[in-house]
Amino acid sequence: MAELHAEAVHRHEAPKGFIWKYVFSLDHKVIGKQYYFLALLAVVVGMVLSWLIRVRMVWPSARIPGLDKLSPVGAPGGVMTPEYYLSLLTLHGTLMIFFVLTTAPQSGFGNYFLPLQIGAEDMAFPRLNMLSFWTTFVGLAVLLSTFFVTDGPPISGWTAYPPLSAVGSAAGPGEGLGQDLWVISIAIFCIGALLGALNFIATTLDLRTRGMKLMRMPLTCWAWFVTAVLGLLSFAVLFGACVLLLLDRVGGTSFFTPGGLIVSDKIIPHTGGSPLLWQHLFWFFGHPEVYIAILPGMGITSHILSCFSRKPIFGYKVMAASLMTIGFLSFTVWGHHMFVSGMSPYSGFTFSIFTMAIGVPSAIKTFNWLGTLWGGKLRFTSAMLFSIGFVSLFVTGGLSGIFLAQPAVDSYLHATYFVVGHFHMVMGVAAIFGMFAGTYFWFPKILKPLIPVHEFMTISALITGAAQFIFLFNLFWSMFKGEKASTNPWEATSLEWTVPSPPPFDNFGGKHPVVYHGAYEYGVPGAEKDYIMQDSPVKITAS
Amino acid sequence: MLMGLAAIVMLFAAFTSAMVVRRGVSSDWVSTPLPRILYLNTLILLASSLTLELSRRSLRAGRGDRFSGGLYATLGLGLAFVAGQLTAWRELATRGVYLASNPSSSFFYLLTATHGVHLLGGMAALFYLVFSAGRIVLEPKTLAVVEVTAIYWHFMDGLWIYLLLLLMTRL
Amino acid sequence: MALAIAVVVALITVISVAIVVLKVWWMPLDISTHGPAIDHQMNLTLIFTGIIFILAQLGLAWFVWKYRDRGDGRKAIYSHGHGMLEATWTAMAAVLFIGLNLMGYRMWAEMYFRGAPPDALRVQVLGQQFAWYFRYPGPDGQFGPTHVEKVNDASGNFYGIDRERDPGSKDDIVTATLAVPVNRPVELVLLAKDVTHDFYVRELRIQQDMVPGMQIPVHFTATKTGRFEIACNQLCGLGHYKMRAFLEVMSEEDFQKWLQNMAAQQ
Ligand code: HEA
Ligand code: HEA
Ligand code: CUA
Ligand SMILES: [Cu+2]
Repeated sequence: MAELHAEAVHRHEAPKGFIWKYVFSLDHKVIGKQYYFLALLAVVVGMVLSWLIRVRMVWPSARIPGLDKLSPVGAPGGVMTPEYYLSLLTLHGTLMIFFVLTTAPQSGFGNYFLPLQIGAEDMAFPRLNMLSFWTTFVGLAVLLSTFFVTDGPPISGWTAYPPLSAVGSAAGPGEGLGQDLWVISIAIFCIGALLGALNFIATTLDLRTRGMKLMRMPLTCWAWFVTAVLGLLSFAVLFGACVLLLLDRVGGTSFFTPGGLIVSDKIIPHTGGSPLLWQHLFWFFGHPEVYIAILPGMGITSHILSCFSRKPIFGYKVMAASLMTIGFLSFTVWGHHMFVSGMSPYSGFTFSIFTMAIGVPSAIKTFNWLGTLWGGKLRFTSAMLFSIGFVSLFVTGGLSGIFLAQPAVDSYLHATYFVVGHFHMVMGVAAIFGMFAGTYFWFPKILKPLIPVHEFMTISALITGAAQFIFLFNLFWSMFKGEKASTNPWEATSLEWTVPSPPPFDNFGGKHPVVYHGAYEYGVPGAEKDYIMQDSPVKITAS
Repeated sequence: MLMGLAAIVMLFAAFTSAMVVRRGVSSDWVSTPLPRILYLNTLILLASSLTLELSRRSLRAGRGDRFSGGLYATLGLGLAFVAGQLTAWRELATRGVYLASNPSSSFFYLLTATHGVHLLGGMAALFYLVFSAGRIVLEPKTLAVVEVTAIYWHFMDGLWIYLLLLLMTRL
Repeated sequence: MALAIAVVVALITVISVAIVVLKVWWMPLDISTHGPAIDHQMNLTLIFTGIIFILAQLGLAWFVWKYRDRGDGRKAIYSHGHGMLEATWTAMAAVLFIGLNLMGYRMWAEMYFRGAPPDALRVQVLGQQFAWYFRYPGPDGQFGPTHVEKVNDASGNFYGIDRERDPGSKDDIVTATLAVPVNRPVELVLLAKDVTHDFYVRELRIQQDMVPGMQIPVHFTATKTGRFEIACNQLCGLGHYKMRAFLEVMSEEDFQKWLQNMAAQQ
């Protein structure tokens, strides 16, 4: 494989014409932005859905003007029916987990900055890269199309447990065409994610510039790399599970559907399948998936905390190792979602031990973040604020996981709002904070301007989700109106800050940077400035 | 490349564990006797790996003429394998065994079809090579494509042996 | 700015701790013999994680405040980490987490590894979209077999039992409420007719999925009389939110009377 990227290295000329430049672009920077905006679209839809969920919960008979146009069946006269709530819930979870947290932190920022940070001109397989974006895009389009199916999106939640999701429209509204489209959408998404993961791994292993040893990579690159490995192994399994589910639905097979079912007074013609089999396959994917959602955020947080503390990251090696440990352990804990599912209680105990074990590398990360702040010289940029917020939220959400990890306690808490609270803390806010942090940190590099630091906006983002519109406004406003940023406004050390903003088409102008240090040489005693760029040949004497 | 194979391994690992679990929980499992032609197909596929290997060797030795001959042979054998698999399906169908007839037949069709789809990917690469074989010059880039295709093809071969053993013992 | 963040983080910490300490939201009543152990484990976890929570958050706030850039030319400490420190907190975390796990394990074993005592009252629980039906074996202590094709909701044969042909089914009693005697072991066998449901009684501290094609036993002993909600806690379709029934814990005499009453209605 090492030889295959020859194509990437010898392509110096920027493409001409709008379509090739912005739509079917092979440029990792454009593709990164495409992923980012795809996530933005998904997060806005997902957010609106969460509002509708809350409204339906608190004011069940509220009229939402226009909703009856979207779904005459689900919201007659604009008033949501109880089952439409479930449809919206399913799409809320699916959009947020797959199309927001699996795309922006990894494929969005990663695509843009992985090649820049390791000194490469592009990803290893640019064509594959374009293909994976457009595959993901089709997946999103298929998912959103469920809104326009007569009886609406599926009602089985983002986990789509069979038999509810397998026996067809007898099980309820949304379980006909809507559920078919859901399965197809997720299968398509899996293919896009697999292609993307391949590309990330190959790029990290093969395209590092001279001197960029693995142990000199910024922690962001480590996070993207581990995430890609998780994605590669877990999305393949989810893909398989989706194929089986689709066959149960349309092919008459009985992988997940047991015999003797009577749904709405009809005998279902299946025999002997196992509903728990789906749960095992799904969570074998599903648990690594939640780390796919958070690891890039951890990488970004580490990177930013070090930069704005003007201090080396505390325990670089351990930070990299703990990313890998979390990644490895994440494949051993899926059963903690199934303590009360009816699986063998003996395995419940084993899964619990491994789950608790994941707390250890997480603890290492938390303490090393605090260690990085300790004795620093903190600069409170917006990115820094979000990173500090990330640490606070991750601790809170992570500790709530410790309750759930004990089967006896979980048998009490399972499927309650305790769990909803747990994962909204880690994903809904911590991981989203990671995205905000990355946005504020890299925005001056991606587009010309610096996002003006609106303290008001930042504080209110801490408090309410609705304030996100200020963020959006700010984003677009500064995209079109802001001023040009300098090459290295944060006085950071990694390679993306050695190229102009925005970076030229071929990143490093045809030259290959040479790397001499790790990414976190801040505040080096005796040095001329308080940071030493990775490509600066200065010798570091202190250690 | 190896990474791509890892993903395929995971997919088939998922199917295998599904098969083991599904067989374990059910009382409705009726074994599906394997069509005989599968063994012939296996030989054909093994032969195709051989011809591909010969072809690759001759490319390394600078014998462009033998190279494309080997490719044609591989492609032909590959097509024969796919045709053979389709015949196996036909045979089952005439016996009245379809995808949904029984969990074991579901797995038979599922595994052979998934393997077949992946093999078609390898055939596409072979087509590309055959197509450009006339213009092949010994430069690193084409060499790499040949190497990658060969690894993939051998992998598909090995995967099929694994599946055959799985089907023979557990169906 | 530093002050603002420090204050916000500290405030969030204090308020969350206050909510817990003042028991603004607390666990519902417990009516089972195994419940107190679970509550105890939960409290223990709350205390340990609470301490870590407070230390970590306040530490964060304090560092943010203390190490802000005051523009006084102070340089940041140049340190790549501290091996001993890192090893210490890794070990601490490991001990704590594994310790909690082992403590919780005993209880789990009590609930799931050990079966119900032989004299337990056995009841089948059937979940279906969107109702519950409970089946008592009657005086003969036998559950007759069920037949899918006999299932008929309209005529009230939810289980598909055949009273004429199966002697075991003759005296079976099917009800829409789950009544059990107080202080006597009960074993439930959970069944599902169409999709996966979930048997959840908060006051019993019991939750268990009901999976089609499986028979899953759970057992408990209720210690207080009263009427408690049985909620379906697994998304099972459009009526999931209203799929509920009631658990009535009665004295032994009341229970026998109730049972006779129900038998008369079959
Ligand atoms: C990333 C994941 C994520 C996020 C962010 C959210 C955000 C929110 N969620 Fe969501 N939720 C889920 C994932 C998420 N949720 C999942 C997986 C489920 C389970 C579904 C199931 O059971 O099937 C669920 C279920 C769920 C329920 C449970 C319903 C039930 O079980 O009956 C509720 C109820 O209140 C809820 C509400 C909300 C609210 C009010 C928000 C608000 O916080 C929304 C406010 C908006 C934001 C925080 C977005 C801000 C971000 C930007 C504007 C973009 C920035 C973009 C870039 C930088 C690119 N959600
Ligand atoms: C980003 C996403 C994310 C992350 C990071 C996590 C992290 C963790 N999760 Fe969570 N989880 C979800 C997303 C996530 N989870 C989702 C989406 C669901 C629900 C899915 C659904 O059903 O729809 C879920 C559900 C879920 C369950 C199943 C609950 C149930 O359905 O009944 C469990 C059970 O074990 C669990 C546990 C944990 C644990 C132990 C961690 C650990 O990794 C946390 C580790 C972190 C810490 C422990 C804090 C930091 C450590 C310290 C501060 C050090 C302490 C110091 C000393 C001890 C000295 N999670
Ligand atoms: Cu039955 Cu929810
Ligand atoms: Cu998990």
